[in-house]
Amino acid sequence: MNAESLALLLAATLNAGTVVALASLGLIINERAGVLNLGAEGMMLVAAIAGYAASVHTGSDWVGFGAGVLAGAVLAVVFGWLVIWLNTNQYATGLALSLFGAGLSAFAGIAYTQQRLAERPHFAVPGLADVPFLGTAIGHQHPLVYGTIALAAALAWWLTRTRGGLVLRAVGESPESAHALGYPVRRIRLLAVAAGGALCGLAGAYISLVYTPLWVEGMVAGKGWIALALTTFATWRPARVLLGAYLFGGVTMLQFQLQGQGVQIPSQWLTMLPYLATILVLVLISRNPIWIRINMPASLGKPFQP
Amino acid sequence: MFSPLSKRSVLKFAGWAALAAGAALVGCGKKEAAPDAAAVPSEPASAAAVAPAGPLKIAFAYVGPVGDAGWTFAHNAGRLAVEKEFGDKVVTSIVEKVPEGPEAERVIRDLVGQGNTLVFGTTFGYMEPMLKVAADSPAVKFEHATGYKTAPNMRTYDSRTYEGAYMAGVIAGAMTKTGTVGVVGSIPIPEVIRNINSFTMGAQSVNPKVKTKVVWVNAWFDPPKETEGAQSLLNQGADVLFQNTDSAAVLQTAEKAGKYAFGWDSDMSAFGPKAHLASAVINWAPYYIKATKDVLEGTWSTGGVWWGVKEGAIDIVAISDKVPAEVKAKVEAVKAGLKDGSFAVWKGPILKQDGKEALAKDVVADDKFLSGIDFYVKGVEGAIPSAK
Amino acid sequence: MLRLEPRAAPSKALTLLSPLIALGITVAVGAALFLVLGKDPLLALRLFFVEPLKSAYALSELSLKATPLVLIALGLSACFRANLWNIGAEGQFILGAVCAGGVAMHATPDTGHWFVVPVLLAGAAGGMAWAGIVAALRDRFHASEILVSLMLVYVAEMFLSYLVYGPWKDPAGYNFPQTITFLEASRVPRLFAGLRVNWGLVIALVAVGGFAVFLFRSLPGFQLQVGGLAPAAARYAGFSSRKALWTALLLSGGMAGLAGALDVAGPQGQLTPYVPMGYGFAAIIVAFVGRLNPVGIVFSAILMSMFYIGGEMAQSRLGLPKALTGVFQGLLLFALLACDTFIHQRLRWARSRHER
Repeated sequence: MNAESLALLLAATLNAGTVVALASLGLIINERAGVLNLGAEGMMLVAAIAGYAASVHTGSDWVGFGAGVLAGAVLAVVFGWLVIWLNTNQYATGLALSLFGAGLSAFAGIAYTQQRLAERPHFAVPGLADVPFLGTAIGHQHPLVYGTIALAAALAWWLTRTRGGLVLRAVGESPESAHALGYPVRRIRLLAVAAGGALCGLAGAYISLVYTPLWVEGMVAGKGWIALALTTFATWRPARVLLGAYLFGGVTMLQFQLQGQGVQIPSQWLTMLPYLATILVLVLISRNPIWIRINMPASLGKPFQP
Repeated sequence: MFSPLSKRSVLKFAGWAALAAGAALVGCGKKEAAPDAAAVPSEPASAAAVAPAGPLKIAFAYVGPVGDAGWTFAHNAGRLAVEKEFGDKVVTSIVEKVPEGPEAERVIRDLVGQGNTLVFGTTFGYMEPMLKVAADSPAVKFEHATGYKTAPNMRTYDSRTYEGAYMAGVIAGAMTKTGTVGVVGSIPIPEVIRNINSFTMGAQSVNPKVKTKVVWVNAWFDPPKETEGAQSLLNQGADVLFQNTDSAAVLQTAEKAGKYAFGWDSDMSAFGPKAHLASAVINWAPYYIKATKDVLEGTWSTGGVWWGVKEGAIDIVAISDKVPAEVKAKVEAVKAGLKDGSFAVWKGPILKQDGKEALAKDVVADDKFLSGIDFYVKGVEGAIPSAK
Repeated sequence: MLRLEPRAAPSKALTLLSPLIALGITVAVGAALFLVLGKDPLLALRLFFVEPLKSAYALSELSLKATPLVLIALGLSACFRANLWNIGAEGQFILGAVCAGGVAMHATPDTGHWFVVPVLLAGAAGGMAWAGIVAALRDRFHASEILVSLMLVYVAEMFLSYLVYGPWKDPAGYNFPQTITFLEASRVPRLFAGLRVNWGLVIALVAVGGFAVFLFRSLPGFQLQVGGLAPAAARYAGFSSRKALWTALLLSGGMAGLAGALDVAGPQGQLTPYVPMGYGFAAIIVAFVGRLNPVGIVFSAILMSMFYIGGEMAQSRLGLPKALTGVFQGLLLFALLACDTFIHQRLRWARSRHER
């Protein structure tokens, strides 16, 4: 593999990793507030079709992204209302959201499988794009790729250095204490859930507008679940989410690279790689229960009743 | 989480509920035995055995969605051609996304039960289910695509997609600047391997040094994976892409990267106006019209056909203006040769990847040879997954 | 304003009624959806709820679809009651099918009908092994069973694909990805001539009884559930959470594997890449709608099967899209979860505005 191929592989990795990173950052906001939303896959699917449809009808990608964000947020709010106010079981409700989202997106998307988006724009960062190797690797990405990196940094800063982040984390660690201090725990959780849903929606729209500019049902193909796994891998820290996401993206692209180079491993084993890698990572991260207990928001998954 | 109830009360309630529900439903079912206005009546298979005086009822079972712009789309286009050709004499219906395997049996049985007397199954995986239903419904004619088992009332049909692949290859060989072309493969069955080989041979006929790289997505239709596979091929130096998968993802990826690609199964030029060189399409209309005619005129008989350019089932269309005139002329020459039988894609000498001879000089491969191709020809890189 | 406040004791009436109310909501939304799509709602509802029950053939098809759902959901109910979220039943189903197929291929024309027993047992063992990986990783490394079991679904799919494209491919199959068709000795015998329903139905009904005994009358079952409901109390009582983990996962893995084996040695008759049918995920809904109760699961499995089969018929008779089935199934679960809230809580009008 020469330098050019490597640079292209890196570029593809960034692209592939952005989807999972965006969703995972949203899920971190959720989980830091103590709510586990297993419905990521469903939200991403509905956002994908919402974004696609919006872009087809208006010709504007940004409207599409907006539609995706809205779709994700709306679904998340429904989920949030159920688990925060009606105190339904978080795992089951999240699963229901995933299954419902899959069905709803397939249904809504029927009319769009034959549709096409407007011509896809080409991006190039002026100056950077022409630098050999580095330019190929990082100079031609969609603005959201850079946006995701900025978002991770911003989120890390917000969580650790601002009052808002502190309150969020407090709600996640001990909602009873936060409640006793007078914070509107349920409202904060709902906001967190909505924000998380919005980011998952953005990730979903990215898939159907940038990653594979088509609509086909089920096109998220498990990335929502990978994003959930990533939050544990990253011990709920935004910067580590990026690392994990790009790792996953890299393994995904690597398996095709290996196929094309005639590596004598059956393609099915290569296709398994990203998922096996995720399991391995989960195992490595989780094996120290004290580490997990220190890092995991203490009230994650547990209902709160004021 | 769930309160422990006394089993007895659960059972008691459940029992009464079941009885009540069952009585209500069975009662409703009997009352509404008469067919509704909008619905098609569901008669048992035997009642539909007598050919009714009304229009011929034809049913199509699709494995994918009609909107896939590929395989199923092409079949549906054939169906619409039948409707256009025969007008009032036929009534067609479809079921899409029928999974291959035993689920299909129920769907096909239901189609027969609705009074259809000509049923088309458009994918290999319907073979066993169709055979079973065919055995139970002797008055219904079954047409199975891409299979190999037949019955007195079931025959097979297929298209020589490799001819389209060859012609695409001719264009690819002329248009590649890097000398490497890429194929996004679906599932490593002989049909697809044959297409990869034919594509390569076509390219080599204008550019003997061409190399073909292949990636497998292990699915007929999976746009995200197809995109990743296509991107990977581009990363590895291929600048003209070909596919055996069913969506426009590969073409779109090439469009985004400023490279070239082809459409497959149907005309995909709208999906990648700058990248699109040509589309290798399947036209099922001639066969579907013939099959319908056979049933209408009572001349239907079992067997198997494999149609190509000669019979109008395969074509290469929408050739871009970027393709030089002499290349277009070569493609036309190949097409003419296939039409009048003077040209054969699989004519020796053909060498395998390892250099051994697959076909001796001037020997034309027969259908049996073609059906069992499990090797790559020289010029294709990599290994066939799970090859023996 | 409306407030939710906890009840003194869970409402018995609502415990039984809530699935029916949820079904009612789903049907109402469905009817509205049909109207919007321009189809006759009564006819569509008839296709979903009446047609699948109309004849012996229809009932046979219904039970073929419901049997794997019942089996897997029974196992999942044990898991969910223990607060273990085994989302990967689909992968365990596949492994069960693979192992069953592996044994089934060894039958010769002279093998007796007893051979189907080791075939099914191999399937159950395969599913158990796959779930065992999840249990081991959770036990040893505290890895989330949700995520590990789900990742293993994708791995299982690829593994099956590798086998049917490679080592297990039928040499006489024109290189298509499928194994040989299993001989009669390996097949699950049918119950009635002419219908596809087979002994799997009997096995499922026996399993229902078995699980009822396990969950409500046995000590391990009790320990399992206490561990899920009140982990601290369970620890105090000395119930081993590790034992609960392994019991629940192995049990649900075994059931899913058995369902896979029945499917492959039954209607499918061979291994193909189309073995994964989504039953592992649908069974999650079945388990919940059945209130994690063995008898309830039977009814919810029948209901879900009606959704599937009705959806197929609605497609070919009314031109309704197949995706509707998924919408209904998801909606049913949502509605159920919402309705369930009112079992433990009730709505009250509050005079003054208390703190939220």
